[in-house]
Amino acid sequence: MPRTLSAPVTVAFDYTRSTGPVLGRFFTGLRDGVLVAGRTTDGEVVVPPPEYDPVTHEPTTEFVEVSPVGSVTSWTWVSEPVAGQPFDRPFAFALVLLDGATRPFLHALDVASPAEVTTGMRVQVRWRAERTGSITDIEAFEPAADGDGDGDERADGVPGTPRTTLDPVTRIVTPVALDYTYAASPEESAFYRGLAEGRILGQRCPTCAKVYVPPRSACPADGTPTTDEVELAQTGTVTTFCIVNVPFLGQRIKPPYVSAYVLLDGADIAFLHLILEVPAEEVRMGMRVEAVWKPREEWGTTIENISHFKPTGEPDAAYDTYSQHL
Amino acid sequence: MRDVAVVGFAQRQMQDFDGSPTCVELLVPVFKECYEQTGWTRRDIGFWCSGSSDYLAGRSFSFVQAVDAIGVIPPVNESHVEMDLAWAMYEAWLKIQTGEVDTALVYAFGKSSAGVLRRTLGLQLDPYTMTPLWPDTVSLAGLQARAGIDAGLWDEQAMAEVALRSLTDAEKNEHAVRRGGSSVPELLARPLYADPLRKHDCAPVTDGAAAIVLAAGDRAREVRDRPAWLSGISHHIDPMSMGTRDLTRSPSAARSAAALDLTGVDVAELHAPFSHQELVLHRELALADDVRINPSGGALTGNPMFSAGGIRVGEAARRIWAGESDKALAHATSGPALQQNLVCTLGAATGSTTGGHR
Repeated sequence: MPRTLSAPVTVAFDYTRSTGPVLGRFFTGLRDGVLVAGRTTDGEVVVPPPEYDPVTHEPTTEFVEVSPVGSVTSWTWVSEPVAGQPFDRPFAFALVLLDGATRPFLHALDVASPAEVTTGMRVQVRWRAERTGSITDIEAFEPAADGDGDGDERADGVPGTPRTTLDPVTRIVTPVALDYTYAASPEESAFYRGLAEGRILGQRCPTCAKVYVPPRSACPADGTPTTDEVELAQTGTVTTFCIVNVPFLGQRIKPPYVSAYVLLDGADIAFLHLILEVPAEEVRMGMRVEAVWKPREEWGTTIENISHFKPTGEPDAAYDTYSQHL
Repeated sequence: MRDVAVVGFAQRQMQDFDGSPTCVELLVPVFKECYEQTGWTRRDIGFWCSGSSDYLAGRSFSFVQAVDAIGVIPPVNESHVEMDLAWAMYEAWLKIQTGEVDTALVYAFGKSSAGVLRRTLGLQLDPYTMTPLWPDTVSLAGLQARAGIDAGLWDEQAMAEVALRSLTDAEKNEHAVRRGGSSVPELLARPLYADPLRKHDCAPVTDGAAAIVLAAGDRAREVRDRPAWLSGISHHIDPMSMGTRDLTRSPSAARSAAALDLTGVDVAELHAPFSHQELVLHRELALADDVRINPSGGALTGNPMFSAGGIRVGEAARRIWAGESDKALAHATSGPALQQNLVCTLGAATGSTTGGHR
């Protein structure tokens, strides 16, 4: 048996970002099939345009269109692509100096093997069929069709002529999803293994004798590693609570319901769980509650083995018994 | 300026940490070593500062949970930077300069193996024009390595020589996760991984933690006969975009070095997670040929994220304490392709402290 329990976790969020005037111009161009560069006061023509001038620190206001054709200035081979990259098969990342620009642009280069890439090779943009105004509107670069690529693209670095567009790109959505193997600490692992046996385990600090549940690797009060395992009672006292009235994504119980801190008998730190089988408005500080477990066949190494807590019917605990744990 | 020295250092480096991403269970023994080295308890520490990233942990506020390892009753004076330990140390150095505290324990931790590190670090990039392509750390370094090869500034042979020296030196480093040199021809015969990089050109994915203890004046002298006095610290940043800088150079490293007096440096611990980056740094820091580079083996033999830069400081300090060096340089980097750089000097003699922001 491994020392610790682990499980896969995916953390994902779709960020909506406002683009501002400079990147908005760039993304509008991408959507319209045009590469917009910024001209800086030191004479550089940069794609994507920098939002602020590196010398004057003023917002970039001068834009030029550059060619979708250019030359590779550096490249590397991605032999083992990771999730989210432009291709899920080997490809190159390249820095491409677009004709008309003075600084290279980072994007993917779609070739079958590193033998097909050389520094200096001519490449061209391959546009995505459906474009939304994002960096991925460029599917990738590919080797230029006629060797030097002087086709029907716009003349290099033509200044001015900003295209007017009725619906400029002002926002983009950039999804981020990261996959992890989450490992519990040894103490948390013991806690989850205990739950799989119907037990609630804590750890006692050898210095101050406080009992933590769920257990922590070190006593937060004095920093001592916790040592002794302690099995806790399945009864406890509500120290504080919240009536959840607000619906939210992923909610499993229909509001209103009660989320409470329960100070298990024998523990020195309260434990967050649900209080059910009682009208929300009747839950109060000091209420005595007990754990209600799901049917044993549904148990795993999870806190969800305990369905919720319910009132025991005992008289309320005296305030002094939990006043130090609020 | 107050005289401030590194007086304690502890580290852990491992390929896979069998524990939680908050690394509390790893930090407790690291702190214990620092207490043993200094003879202090946590009550003797005036300021705490950590370096880490929630993106490594996949868990929000992982640095708050790590505070359990300190013990915070009575309350402690604590801060955090989403950066390497070396930058946390810089914050602590500033705190001591204010006169508010005389001692600090700075620490860092990270479980790189919880996710796919080279991908996770894509979150350090421009979220509009770079992250959506997920250019991974190794690819960005590959672009940099190729730029230097094409410019004739280094070649694969020179990169392999760096890797060989690192792997050989790491044989003497109990903390290294990769060690054992063979020969340059053998290294060059290995397959390319991210052309032009081979795996030994890239730092191994490493979990770990490290801690450094700082103390001012007499507080430092009570701990060490030869405290490693921080005689200068400087850090600068280059643009994040790969297109707007010359990837064969590191202007921010050069500028950081220029703010310091590097005369007499005999050892340099450089945080170069890719072999060619050591060559870039060697040039930008204008190190003399007889300066001993990375006697620890460097980041190519162990690179715990958010600790490895600070470990360079600790390794340099150890050599001052032991009398093996009279003046050492330590360097830390962060961001893509040497974007951000911190350089400091440590010496056996006090005085001549220079900050980098004059």
